[in-house]
Amino acid sequence: MLDFLYQPWPWYVAGPIIGLTVPLLLLLGNKTFGISENLRHVCASCNIGNVEFFNYDWKKNGAWNLTFLLGVILGGLIGGFIFANPEPIALAASTIDDLRALGISDFSGFVPSEIFTWDVLGSGAGLAILVLGGFLVGFGARYAGGCTSGHAISGLSDLQLASLIAVVGFFIGGLVMTHFIYPVILP
Amino acid sequence: MLSIKDFFTFLFAGILFGFVLMKSEVVSWFRIQEMFRFDAFHMYGIIGVAIFVGLISIQLIKRFGVKDTSGNPISIPPKDPKQVYRYVIGGTFFGLGWALLGACPGPMFALLGSGLTIMIIPILAALAGTYTYGALRSKLPH
Repeated sequence: MLDFLYQPWPWYVAGPIIGLTVPLLLLLGNKTFGISENLRHVCASCNIGNVEFFNYDWKKNGAWNLTFLLGVILGGLIGGFIFANPEPIALAASTIDDLRALGISDFSGFVPSEIFTWDVLGSGAGLAILVLGGFLVGFGARYAGGCTSGHAISGLSDLQLASLIAVVGFFIGGLVMTHFIYPVILP
Repeated sequence: MLSIKDFFTFLFAGILFGFVLMKSEVVSWFRIQEMFRFDAFHMYGIIGVAIFVGLISIQLIKRFGVKDTSGNPISIPPKDPKQVYRYVIGGTFFGLGWALLGACPGPMFALLGSGLTIMIIPILAALAGTYTYGALRSKLPH
């Protein structure tokens, strides 16, 4: 059993558990699964400039979700540090070849150490990836009214047409970035 | 605010979700690169099965009128599909960021918890992005 906790989990184990998060939160208190809503709650908690979009009772609406988010951080600690997967990720060989050609050489962790390090503060490209990437995730998620959890998982589970349109948008953006923009910014 | 019981209930649900994100490598920048190259089934398997399980669960909840643990009826707020612009444009912005950062909001926080402190930078940037949307909202097509 313990061995299972130390190994990477295949898609057919992880998929059902992630899917069950949707009914779990509904049953626990009629809550809709969506992580990025928390970014709005944090903005609402300090609402600099009194922006109307952030004028709502974030404690009443968001306390449960912010608590869930705290759990996600702890889950990251338990799953990614205490029970860290022992081997590098078994990536497709073609992806590794592609990324090597883009200058990525360290495949040992969850993320390339060339970009995800405090040393990037001194480099243009790495810092741009972290700052611009984060900004677009935050901006796009709220503009679209949800992220991967809110639209792709919750929304599609509930057969919402809006979520299908949003997920198509996610893939348009993701494919353009991966195939056309990344090759330019990682020379 | 939350009761102590609710606090630990939602905390535990979050821990389970964060744990699975790490164990299944969904948090990995490499897995996102692989997904957008269509080089592996892994991410599609996870998202596809998650949707399937969620769909069956919601159908059962609706069909049998299941109530939540407090006895209240369960309802999922519908999203307005007539707002095509916000989903296409907002979704595309999100996709650009997802592929650039290699992480969506859940993984950003799970990675922070795993000890990758540099994730504070994209999290702060994501808050700035959220704030920018809030400030520009009335000027954007929806």
